Amino acid sequence: MIKVKINGKEIEVQPKTTIIEAADKLGIDIPRFCYHKKLSVAANCRMCLVEVKKFGKPLPACATQLMDGMEISTNSKSVKDTQKSIMEFLLINHPLDCPICDQGGECDLQDTAVAYGASKTRYTEEKRVVFNKNIGPLISTDLTRCIQCTRCVRFLKEVGGVMELGLVGRGEHAEISAYVDKAVGSELSGNIIDLCPVGALTSKPFRYSARTWELIRRPSISIHDSLGSNLEFHIKDHKVMRALPKENEAINECWISDRDRYSYEGLNHKDRLQTPMIKVNKSWKAVDWDEAFEFIVKKIKPQIDKNQGDTIGFLYSPQSSIEEAFLVNKIADALGSCHVDYRVRQDNFDLKGVWLGCPVEDIEKLKTIVLIGSNIRSEQPLMANRFRKMAHAEGKIFTINSYEDDLLMPVTDRIICRPSDYSYELLKILKALTTLRKLSINNHYVESQMKAIPVDGKSLAYAKALIKAKNMGSIFIGQNALNHKSANDIYVVAKIIGESLNINVGSILDAPNIVGLDMLSHNLNKSNTMNMLESKLSALITVNLEGAKDISCGKVLTEALKKSKFNLAITPYSSDAYAEFDCLLPMATFTESSGTYINIARQDQSIKAVTKPLGKARPAWKILRVLANYLQIDGFTYESSEDIKKEILGNNTSFNFPEESTNEKIKQIKPGGQGSLDHLHLVRSQDNDMIVRRADALHALDGNWLDVARVNPKTAVKFKLKDSIKVDREGEEISLPIVEDEKIATNTVCYYQKLTSLTGTKLESNKAGS
Amino acid sequence: MSNITTNKSMDGKKKPFPLCLQTAGLSNPASIDTYLSIGGYSAIKKILKEKISPETLINEIKISGLRGRGGAGFPTGLKWSFMSNGTKGDKYIVCNSDEGEPGTFKDRDIIRYNPHQIIEGMMIGAYIMGANVGYNYIHGEIWQEYLSFEDAIDEAKAAGFLGKKIQGSAFNFDLHAFHGYGAYICGEETALIESIEGKKGQPRFKPPFPATYGIYGKPTNVNNTETFASIPWIINNGGQAFLDLGVPNSGGTKIFSVSGHVNNPGNFEIQLGMPFEELLSLAGGVWKGNSLKAVIPGGPSTPLVKAEDMMGATMDYDGLSKIGSSLGAGSVIIMDDTTCMVQALKRLSYFFYEESCGQCTPCREGTGWIYRVIKRIVNGEGKIEDLALLKDVSQKVSGRTICALGDAAAVPVLSFIKHFEDEFRYYIRHGRSMIKGEND
Repeated sequence: MIKVKINGKEIEVQPKTTIIEAADKLGIDIPRFCYHKKLSVAANCRMCLVEVKKFGKPLPACATQLMDGMEISTNSKSVKDTQKSIMEFLLINHPLDCPICDQGGECDLQDTAVAYGASKTRYTEEKRVVFNKNIGPLISTDLTRCIQCTRCVRFLKEVGGVMELGLVGRGEHAEISAYVDKAVGSELSGNIIDLCPVGALTSKPFRYSARTWELIRRPSISIHDSLGSNLEFHIKDHKVMRALPKENEAINECWISDRDRYSYEGLNHKDRLQTPMIKVNKSWKAVDWDEAFEFIVKKIKPQIDKNQGDTIGFLYSPQSSIEEAFLVNKIADALGSCHVDYRVRQDNFDLKGVWLGCPVEDIEKLKTIVLIGSNIRSEQPLMANRFRKMAHAEGKIFTINSYEDDLLMPVTDRIICRPSDYSYELLKILKALTTLRKLSINNHYVESQMKAIPVDGKSLAYAKALIKAKNMGSIFIGQNALNHKSANDIYVVAKIIGESLNINVGSILDAPNIVGLDMLSHNLNKSNTMNMLESKLSALITVNLEGAKDISCGKVLTEALKKSKFNLAITPYSSDAYAEFDCLLPMATFTESSGTYINIARQDQSIKAVTKPLGKARPAWKILRVLANYLQIDGFTYESSEDIKKEILGNNTSFNFPEESTNEKIKQIKPGGQGSLDHLHLVRSQDNDMIVRRADALHALDGNWLDVARVNPKTAVKFKLKDSIKVDREGEEISLPIVEDEKIATNTVCYYQKLTSLTGTKLESNKAGS
Repeated sequence: MSNITTNKSMDGKKKPFPLCLQTAGLSNPASIDTYLSIGGYSAIKKILKEKISPETLINEIKISGLRGRGGAGFPTGLKWSFMSNGTKGDKYIVCNSDEGEPGTFKDRDIIRYNPHQIIEGMMIGAYIMGANVGYNYIHGEIWQEYLSFEDAIDEAKAAGFLGKKIQGSAFNFDLHAFHGYGAYICGEETALIESIEGKKGQPRFKPPFPATYGIYGKPTNVNNTETFASIPWIINNGGQAFLDLGVPNSGGTKIFSVSGHVNNPGNFEIQLGMPFEELLSLAGGVWKGNSLKAVIPGGPSTPLVKAEDMMGATMDYDGLSKIGSSLGAGSVIIMDDTTCMVQALKRLSYFFYEESCGQCTPCREGTGWIYRVIKRIVNGEGKIEDLALLKDVSQKVSGRTICALGDAAAVPVLSFIKHFEDEFRYYIRHGRSMIKGEND
């Protein structure tokens, strides 16, 4: 510890603390524009210049490290003079168009000018004008307002992973620019709006729609990925106008992904279901709630009375809150149905109790990561930054995946293989480990298979890196692996590696509440999605799912819906996906309801509604409660979602998570047959759930996407794939054009879920301010 | 470049003394044969053969009183002692030939006429500081010199002075010529380092200084071309001999680039301490029989000096600081009595406005403000308050920027107005220059 004096007050600080950090801790206000605690220090705005005794000229507080005995003044006359003059310089070329600027009222430049500037300018010469650039559908530019602090440049380079913006030109001609009319493509790009201390970068979808002082701020979380980023929704007239990050160092730091920021546009989409609908004589009829419930009772009560409750299936979204899930399970239980599940994208149902395995923050500290079958940038856009930080520090990332994707971070080595070979490649690594170390493997299924497994250079390199990490290694399993039918085999082998080296094995689950839903249903002996849909159902009830769009076995679902006599959807939206349904009940979105979500790192967060439900929509827990009442099931008297949470918790004060469990009897692991083709069905981050599918700005560039099937050129030759290939997608068999791509593993065909909008407009270049 | 004479002065009177430009009068001056014929590369050969310790060499340089010739005048021996030979890892040595200030053209002549002396000087520096890779960062506007320096490197390599195990010793040194793109700011050593790294030339915040965090984050020494070119002579003749060439605190010789209203502009390498009057007469005196009005003695970033002060000054660090200016890079700009100071300042302000890198606020915004106000005055739209405004703005740029160029931009404004305020007032009042012929 060193002793320093700030404004005459003596304090002790850690060595290497900067003046601005110490002042922030003490609550001493030092104005700043370019400094940001999460970015590198630029020291270019000069607003934080302070006086340091024995130094002839003022020093920037952001870049100056404290030394023992330093005496600093942040409020002397000379400091005030300096601040005033810097403020004057910053404003001479600024347009001062606050009345027409979206940043007005929440602008660092405006606030700082009032606090530190003069009320009148001495500058009477002409001002600089900078032409605006079109950097995409999310961010609006007004570059004449820019003060060249370069926070946006540093963010995209350091956090986003690519230097997509730069300061081009010299002196007064210096301006922020993307690379020759390119749009900014980072999945974290919206954060530069928050970082911009002036109105040069503002939100395009939000533009001119509200003034900051008209907005009510309410905290919430994001449910588009399993990180659970903390948000602040800004509301005007009971409508969410925008979403901003709320700082939570343990989860999202001070950032959010673009998906979390712009998905709010889907909340008030025209597709929103605002009244219950029933199907009478093959046509939809809007009814009130009572009529809808009576309709439902009439359809399913006979089965219940005949003790055939187990022919009623319940499929609910992994986006459901634990309260909603608990009620679904409770109703199914009361009806005697074992057909209830939320695992809609998995092809294997053996794994239970899996999670990230460590706090999100700890990823940064790891030394070696083996990442298996993960599209980390689209699945977990913000958590990917923790990996990026790790890789930019001392960490090394090794991947096993089915295509060579650009992670925007250094990757030490890659194994590219078809999804059905993930377990084989992992077993090779385990075998390589046994050649380096004496291991005791307590799973004889694995042990017996190991004998025939070869070791190659890559598996040795992966094994060595994991050993070298000394407990600071981790294996993370992503969606391509977790959703695959061999997920259990992959996990079992990974766990053996993890236990022998005492390193973490984590699952990067995609949906926001899988950990919570898994906890609720862990000890229940339930069927699973596949068994349910293949059994003879008399009725199917789905909660918060958009038919075949939200499920990997779309074809099976479509068949099941056709066979079942009565299909009920509790859903916030209506769409073509509900053609086979008989009744739709309008549910509130997560912003209109309360509930508890448990993220991938087992952190539980309860949120409250930030707006009232749209139209006649009601929170799903209320709908389920009334449905139970109508079906005359006891024990549904909840007044609030907190009542449900209390019942879930019982006598506990916190949630108890079950031990993870697997099926140790793994299948025969061998390389995939050369005559077969693996289908890898990917979901783009903006097609993930019902809300983001309807967020317009996130889909503005969809027109630039190709709806194709990608295959390796070698595979194309071997399988004689020339023009197109037939694939199952969203319940129908369609033909997709073939595009050859060397980055795809052989024997693999890779395609995306149907794009939400294939008619989106292409980005027009350089249309100022558009 | 025909102003080099070879008289050696032994009587204490300061004379022209070609040291950095010692091959300039010879035929085929840039070739390695010419350089070898006058004893070139003997200093490094001796060092390698006798394994002279870096400490001994640094001590010799400290005795010589050699100061950085790029403008700041920092003692070279001291600077080199900051980069310890002992620390392990990559280190770099960089020759700063990015002379971009108006009126500066000395490094160009050293590269053109005596490149091998730069190479030898850099080799000695590399040997002392433990660097194995060097760059010569050559000014963007000169291309021919870049090519000829490349040739010199090839010659030195062929003669076994560059590369691995030089002259049979354990010393390895690779040298590369690096061509800039003409930004004035790249003459600032940390902007130069950024530029070598392939980035936009913008100064870094200091500390850390290049000696600890330079090219690619490795310890790096940056010195001016003339500084490096002086080193072999010091090693051959001893630090004391070098110091004796000049005056106390200003050892050695200095090339002065004399330009402006003189009959015979050019580079003059003289012993430091020579009276300005003698330098002026070496340059043929003020042209057209006009009388001297003012002089910028070290380049536009050094304060302007009025004729009467200049005529009594000696050309050395202390001599010029006594009259409120400094030696800078030795770019002597001579102005005769037909010069309109307002218009001259407009041109200089335009230079700093155009060349500000734009990184930090006071310089980016202030240089444009200053230029526009002076331009308005020249256009006859000045107000008398503008003079106070110009002074105030300049003072507010000064001392608040990342690098010294903010201070440099303020220097001409403050010194021009200080010495010729009446001329500025006249211009503002009448909307035209008080100098005849300037308004046509």
